[in-house]
Amino acid sequence: MKKTTRIILSIAAIAVLLAVLLFLQANERDYGMVITIIEKSAIYAVVAVSMNLLNGFTGLFSLGQAGFMAIGAYTFSILAIPASSRASVYYATGINPIIEHAELPIPLAMIAGGLMAALFAAVIGFPILRLKSDYLAIATLGFSEIVRAIIASPQMNTITNGSFGLKKIPEFPNLLTVILVAAICIAIMVLLINSSYGRAFKAIREDEIAAEAMGIGLLHHKQTAFIISSFFAGIGGAMLARFMRSIDSNTFKIALTYDILLIVVIGGMGSVTGSVLAAFLVTASKEQWLRFFDEPLVIGGVSVPFFKTGLRMVVFSVLLMVVVLFFRRGIMGQNEFTWEGLFGLFKKIPNLFKGKKKKEAI
Amino acid sequence: MKKRILALGVSAVLAVSMLAGCGGSGGSGSSAVAGGSSAAAGGSDVIKVGVFEPQTGENGGGGLQEVDGIRYANKQKSTVKIGDKEYKIELVEVDNKSDKTEAVTAAQKLVSEKVIGVIGSYGSGVSIAAGEYFKDAKIPAIGCSCTNPQVTEGNDYYFRVCFLDPFQGTVMANYAKKVGCTKAAVLTQKGDDYSVGLGTFFKNAFKNFGEIVADEQFETGAQDFKAVLTNIKSKNPDVIFAPSSIATAPLIIKQARELGITAKIMAGDTWENGEIIKNAGEHAEGICLSTFFDEDGVDEAGKAFITGFKAYLKENGKDEVIPAVSALGYDAYNTLIAAIEKAGSTDPSKVQEALKGVSVKGVTGDISFDDNGDAKKDMAFIKTVENGKFKFLETQKVQ
Amino acid sequence: MSLNVFLQHCLTGISLGGAYALIAIGYTMVYGILRLINFAHGEIFMIAGYFMIFATANFGWAVGIPVTLIATVVLGVVVERLAYKPLREAPRMSIMISAIGVSYLLQNLTTYLFTALPKPYPEIPILKQIYNIGGLSASLVTFITPILTIILVFILVYIINHTKIGMAMRAVSKDFETSRLMGIKINKVISTTFVIGSALAAVGSILYFTDRMSVTPFSGTLPGLKCFVAAVIGGIGSVPGAVVGGFIIGICETMMIALGYSTFSDAFTFVLLIIMLLFRPTGIFGEKTIDKV
Repeated sequence: MKKTTRIILSIAAIAVLLAVLLFLQANERDYGMVITIIEKSAIYAVVAVSMNLLNGFTGLFSLGQAGFMAIGAYTFSILAIPASSRASVYYATGINPIIEHAELPIPLAMIAGGLMAALFAAVIGFPILRLKSDYLAIATLGFSEIVRAIIASPQMNTITNGSFGLKKIPEFPNLLTVILVAAICIAIMVLLINSSYGRAFKAIREDEIAAEAMGIGLLHHKQTAFIISSFFAGIGGAMLARFMRSIDSNTFKIALTYDILLIVVIGGMGSVTGSVLAAFLVTASKEQWLRFFDEPLVIGGVSVPFFKTGLRMVVFSVLLMVVVLFFRRGIMGQNEFTWEGLFGLFKKIPNLFKGKKKKEAI
Repeated sequence: MKKRILALGVSAVLAVSMLAGCGGSGGSGSSAVAGGSSAAAGGSDVIKVGVFEPQTGENGGGGLQEVDGIRYANKQKSTVKIGDKEYKIELVEVDNKSDKTEAVTAAQKLVSEKVIGVIGSYGSGVSIAAGEYFKDAKIPAIGCSCTNPQVTEGNDYYFRVCFLDPFQGTVMANYAKKVGCTKAAVLTQKGDDYSVGLGTFFKNAFKNFGEIVADEQFETGAQDFKAVLTNIKSKNPDVIFAPSSIATAPLIIKQARELGITAKIMAGDTWENGEIIKNAGEHAEGICLSTFFDEDGVDEAGKAFITGFKAYLKENGKDEVIPAVSALGYDAYNTLIAAIEKAGSTDPSKVQEALKGVSVKGVTGDISFDDNGDAKKDMAFIKTVENGKFKFLETQKVQ
Repeated sequence: MSLNVFLQHCLTGISLGGAYALIAIGYTMVYGILRLINFAHGEIFMIAGYFMIFATANFGWAVGIPVTLIATVVLGVVVERLAYKPLREAPRMSIMISAIGVSYLLQNLTTYLFTALPKPYPEIPILKQIYNIGGLSASLVTFITPILTIILVFILVYIINHTKIGMAMRAVSKDFETSRLMGIKINKVISTTFVIGSALAAVGSILYFTDRMSVTPFSGTLPGLKCFVAAVIGGIGSVPGAVVGGFIIGICETMMIALGYSTFSDAFTFVLLIIMLLFRPTGIFGEKTIDKV
């Protein structure tokens, strides 16, 4: 396929996407649920790609994403909640005078959230990145729980509002903003992955010792990957805070990290497009497609006894296990989406059936 | 390779069906409203009422009981007259899983279903999270048992039929003083705004006439309270105030008694629940709590509710004890219906206007709303547990 | 803090530690052989609680206990067969994710089947007898938990060191491939590991819930996580390590609360974990591993 064809196809695809988004935007009232799902998916996509940067591209198994999201979300919220409504947010214990008037414009506050997460990553990354695989996973998981415990503790009441959580967080003005912010974040990460840093990350993933022998500074590159991943996890947290408009420490439980991890796995470790695709698929199936399982089902006047609240999550977890067990490489494996791949796929579909028939004949 | 292609194929199909599916649901939503206006001439018509409750997760148990009350109310009064037109009321139940992240999408689900009003939720945190969404969509919501002040504050679209935590905390502090307690210990759940909020209000009130000797917190999901309780025991309080969820309450009660703590154990509205007696058994004897409703304190209409609802519970294979939250769910539903009737319209913002001036005789007392959208309730029922049953002690008022 | 209060705290801590130790053994044994953090172990512990409730309701507690043990063991082995065995050749990350998936599934399934309302745990009258010894007040189960833990651990250590299957387990944990070449039936060894781990989780579950009296679908999450930390602190892969780790976590947690830092008791567990990982990543009893190029 010629380069120009590819570019034309890509531009066309983006135009179609934009048109769909604008259409949804214009009919906000009729498509509220779709918009919510797309927003949530876009936010999860940012965090999933940031996690993939670590787990899929650098081969560092980290389970601390929720902790960094919490740092990002709280930093952002503390700086972005309008000063006028702060008194009512901190109604129980009052607000610390230092942060009482610290109000930043929203984009700056989001970046501050990311920077704070990156700062924490730099501090803890130095010691814990020396740990190997499972131990790193456990240490980061522990870190994320410590963050949560500190945020919720009464000693932090005047800053994080302790158990009461933060409210009145400024929302996203519209769907396009969410998509735009998510797209910028993901684009920066893609640029990074395609740079010399990205190649070094992949070398570390494939073989640490060989990479070191080739002159790649292990700790330096691991640090970089960890800090950048945490920065975008922090931004993702800030986006989640804007999406939810009220957060508390329980939002950032380990379950959140697991959710993101599952997205990364389903999309394919080491594939950005896979993570993005999976973020949309997983969120939509959890929130929309499987919802009918929770509702009582009546077929021909007979109600099916199994359909009651909770079945949706059971079905969802079974589907998930099927993916983990039988499609281990996820949707994309380590590949990225290409037009050739897509067309190749369509061409191969007939062959696929032919191949099957042949085998049966034998 | 084949697997990958298959996976890609499946996902492509899913992606296409997502747009189609979502478009479809959006379409059906809008058609329902279109039907709403056209069917005024047509015949039988449906209006949707959202039930926003946790049915799974930490508060799933209490949430389900509230849903029971709402379902029963819907069964009793399944139609509403607007003008001369008879509308059938359909409940749209969504599960917010006691989780704020889920609550946001669950709320959006209700908005996209074009509900005329929302009832719920059990648990203040999820109500606060969803409140902004209902406000934006201009859909009125009636909270049943979310007692945190933040639910209705600054939100014209959130109402509630129960009393508030500052009131409840003061009531319990006054009652503790009345039964001769001078030293109190407070035990709350970290990260839970209901529990910590109520605990704070109790402390603030109790400080005026007594001493807070211990103020402890525990982690969500904690099951071991012996260490915390040993600490409390060593301070020798007269009363332990421990507002917490149904899942936690029996653990606290049992472990306290096992450690030989004889102090009174008190809590808020969540504890008025048969499950706690079932779980804590004989140890539950003597606990005190404040609640919204008493079976003996009702009028004729209330008595009809009690017998009817008990039969309903039996039909569904549940215990024939009426949890206060079910009664509140029943009242919230009827309040919403009264407002719809009064508004004479299926427009949610008209219903919201009507709610402001509505006045309903509910089974938990008379319901009318103040400027904040809170029910004007100045009375709490204090109950205790005696012989494995909740027993009404007295009513408490605060000036 | 008076002596009496201090002793009461010690008793609580040791008893809690005993229950943690029993669960931690399950983590550590599976890790030793499969190099897998079995995230589903906490959920198996929780479901053992539900088994006990239903078994006791139907057969009384005397028959209920063996029924619970058997049912839990079956569950553990089934999970291994369905979710871990197909991934034996897969990268370690896949199998760990599969474990997370199983824990997700078990939790959702119990929520679906039994709702989130707590279920009362059956009382075993002998164990619930409350004793008062010089100002210390606790039920019998609190006293016997640590004792029973120690006895079970001695039996387990004997099995590992002096029986044929124990020898096979040690061989597999040293070198998976070679032991297979030497004619050891890997699948049998792995199943045995899950049988022992699940059985101990069931015993731990009976002791833990008898002391705490109610079960919800989320009862397994926090203990599971803490026991896993205990296994890491003790040196993952080592049975005595898991026991020591369990007691350390149980006692530290109780002491943090005793000193008035109840809000940080869980965070402290994880701080302990990170400190341990930084200074001795292989834990107290863990063996040093050398990376081969």
